[in-house]
Amino acid sequence: MMALLRAVIRRDLMLAWRRRADIATVVLFFVIVVSLFPLGVGPEPNLLRTIAPGIIWVAALLACMLSLQNMFASDHGDGALDQMLLAAAPLSLIVMARAFAHWLMSGLPLVILSPVLAIQFDLAPELSPVLTLSLLLGTPILTLTGAIGAALTLGLRGGGMLLALLVLPLYVPVLILGAGAVDAASAGLGADAQLLLLAAQLLVTATFAPWAIAVALRISAE
Amino acid sequence: MLNQPVLLAGGINIFKYASPQAFYPLAGKMLPWFGWAAALLCLAGLYTGFFVAPTDHQQGESYRIIFIHVPAAWMSMLIYVVMAFWAGVGLIFNTRLSHMMVSALVPTGALFTFVALWTGALWGKPTWGTWWVWDARLTSELILLFLYFGFMTLQAGIDDARRADRAGAVLALVGVINIPIIYFSVKWWNTLHQGASVSLTSAPTMAATMFTGMMLMALAAWMYTIATALHRVRSIIIEREQGAEWLKNHND
Repeated sequence: MMALLRAVIRRDLMLAWRRRADIATVVLFFVIVVSLFPLGVGPEPNLLRTIAPGIIWVAALLACMLSLQNMFASDHGDGALDQMLLAAAPLSLIVMARAFAHWLMSGLPLVILSPVLAIQFDLAPELSPVLTLSLLLGTPILTLTGAIGAALTLGLRGGGMLLALLVLPLYVPVLILGAGAVDAASAGLGADAQLLLLAAQLLVTATFAPWAIAVALRISAE
Repeated sequence: MLNQPVLLAGGINIFKYASPQAFYPLAGKMLPWFGWAAALLCLAGLYTGFFVAPTDHQQGESYRIIFIHVPAAWMSMLIYVVMAFWAGVGLIFNTRLSHMMVSALVPTGALFTFVALWTGALWGKPTWGTWWVWDARLTSELILLFLYFGFMTLQAGIDDARRADRAGAVLALVGVINIPIIYFSVKWWNTLHQGASVSLTSAPTMAATMFTGMMLMALAAWMYTIATALHRVRSIIIEREQGAEWLKNHND
């Protein structure tokens, strides 16, 4: 079982490493979107400090969503996905490993970059770890929930826009809790409540999403 | 599938009507009843609401939009749950009719959600002085509208009817699990940022006629939903069963 998980994760990471540009695209998108906001709303430091958590979170949401499109697409194209559907191992397990690998390549870079972007917005130094932690807990939820949408829209025309319509409403709680954690910390309330709720949501999603992704993949690959 | 047919107390096999062929004429027979019930209840409800119910001492006449607003909001949420129920039935028992029922319910659900938001804005302007506030209920209703739209675009984007049915069913179930999470997170978000400037919960105690009018309208909304769903499901059956022998021989 563990060998299978390791093999799937290794394969996905290796494939991603061979196409490093794809990872760079997601990260660059994230940075550019975040950097556009001060240009739009003006360089007033107090305003930027207030909106920083929201903006970084929204940008992370969009970046995660964009990266989802190619989560199953190339495997669907070359037939590797069919082999996974036929494999003796439970599909939900394979899917879990793939989601984890996908998060390592699309979610984790955003988490690591977030303190740098926080400096851009002059976020108080003690808030930066809260932001990073909230992203660390929240981005896997985005990947797992989004993967359901990616599996459902597999191979459809206009898949990208469709995916956005399906998953963005489902991302609302993560956005609220994630950005809310930083807001609560900056208001001196402590971010424990939001972070614990995010962690709870991560556990629930990690339990049920792989199963839903597997069902969705079987429907789409029929 | 189950080996034994599920029998109701009267000995009627409920799976009999799970086949589009058996359900089509039944839906045709029920349709006028629900349609007329919707029309009559709506007339009675509107009459009670606009002519019998007293003027509100705080809000004046503008409160009367409640007779459309509240039933629409109730229906918008209920329909999503009913949809998810049929989606689950469809996935478990693999009954095509359940999936057709889901597709038939969605447009009505989206319509009621839109009506609830629209009338809410019209009501908000005279009473709160603004078309829109980021109140928890308004925001979650808006997200519900997005969920309906997402469902419709997903089904529209898939050409194969069977895949569209099943993909939509998964989405409906994922959505229904998320709705309470969305509602509570939005509610919390709102109270976190600012105390709710307007509270919808502390409505003034209602006169009996107001309550009657609202209940009549709510019943009308139920009947309307059932009638439109039956009508739409018949259209879907005709569309899907094109060329089936029984449909050719069926004339009504």
